[in-house]
Amino acid sequence: MDSHHSYSQVKGVSTGTTILAVKFNGGVIIGSDSRASMGESYVSSKTINKLIQVHDRIFCCIAGSLADAQAVTKMAKFQLSFHSIQMESPPLVKAAASIMRELCYNNKEELQAGFITAGWDRKKGPQIYVVSLGGMLLSQPYTIGGSGSTYIYGYVDAKFKPDMSLEEATQFSTNALALAMGRDNVSGGVVHLVVITEAEVKHVVVPGNKLPKFHDE
Amino acid sequence: MLQLCLTVHTFFNLAVITFFYFSRKSASFYTSIMAVEFEGGVVIGADSRTTTGAYIANRVTDKLTPIHERIFCCRSGSAADTQAIADAVTYQLGFHSIELDEAPLVQTAASLFREMCYRYREELMAGIIVAGWDPRRGGQVYTVPVGGMMTRQPVSVGGSGSSYIYGYVDSNYRAGMSKEECLKFTAEALTLAMERDGSSGGVVRLAVVSEQGVERQVILGNQLPKFSTV
Repeated sequence: MDSHHSYSQVKGVSTGTTILAVKFNGGVIIGSDSRASMGESYVSSKTINKLIQVHDRIFCCIAGSLADAQAVTKMAKFQLSFHSIQMESPPLVKAAASIMRELCYNNKEELQAGFITAGWDRKKGPQIYVVSLGGMLLSQPYTIGGSGSTYIYGYVDAKFKPDMSLEEATQFSTNALALAMGRDNVSGGVVHLVVITEAEVKHVVVPGNKLPKFHDE
Repeated sequence: MLQLCLTVHTFFNLAVITFFYFSRKSASFYTSIMAVEFEGGVVIGADSRTTTGAYIANRVTDKLTPIHERIFCCRSGSAADTQAIADAVTYQLGFHSIELDEAPLVQTAASLFREMCYRYREELMAGIIVAGWDPRRGGQVYTVPVGGMMTRQPVSVGGSGSSYIYGYVDSNYRAGMSKEECLKFTAEALTLAMERDGSSGGVVRLAVVSEQGVERQVILGNQLPKFSTV
């Protein structure tokens, strides 16, 4: 008989986190929880912001090793601002995602981080790109990541509708993150949301006591 | 021509045998199972896939196993282990019921599962949901996950596919749903799990256990609820 092994599925090397991005009518919402953990039993930060601004209308959130992610985003931010100056116009979201992808793919042996890049540009409007661990680049209308994301696949598959309004998309993101935080012990704290549209970038924080409650709470 | 067919046939047999020899995995139900209590009974559901490694050994498995007239169990984990446990508990419960001269309680069945799963926890890999109806407490769902804990829950999900639907179940479950609502809820949740979990799939088998007895249904692949796909 095989040795008694854990029943939960293999988690890979994800940061204890839940991140998501969703496209709505006119923009994107990118969101995450706010917990940083060392191992599974110590919360090293309750209020960390995992949403990194790489340009005026382009944000990134990270899943994986925090150190790797910070190094990559710092490099990407530099390359992107350089590119933007050369082109004399705001960069495309795809450009930002491509830079991340180059870095992830060329250094795939050393790095262990995946990214969600979301933003707005003049050419294609709101977009979401996922750069996964080995350096694959994929465009999706909504995406979730991090260890807490396994628990909400069913929820987001069922509840996502294309072309939602801002209110619906905000409710959708907040609910999804709250559900994931309720089941994943390494996700928690507050919900950070960034709403990116042509006009503005708005950072919304939903504190713990304002999170939606579900039937067993 | 005949010789050619025979050669191909033998080759095919050899290939299948080789495949099984090298896969060396026992049959498992890495699965999606679920049970919900409602007023007057329980609704239980499961997918229908049994895998040996990457090969689907049975794509129309019935994982809803009757333990007694109005008590069922949903099995996940090692197929062999859960079959053996279910057989043992069926025997013990049948004996107990004859001695008592009345229908056994769902809690008794759950306790028997728990006894066995806890005592042999090192050797076993079995996650079981016990659900049924008895005259004393009505519809009940007890979960006995790997390790041998037992707890009663109004709604319980299990198996590898269950991780993906915790969020959906948490947000959509309401106390006091009717039988039809529970059936729809279970079918939708299992469909979502089957869509994301590679080890779950096939058809959705449902059963309603109540005072009136047991009603079973199967929802085939093309009749499963559809969610917005982009």
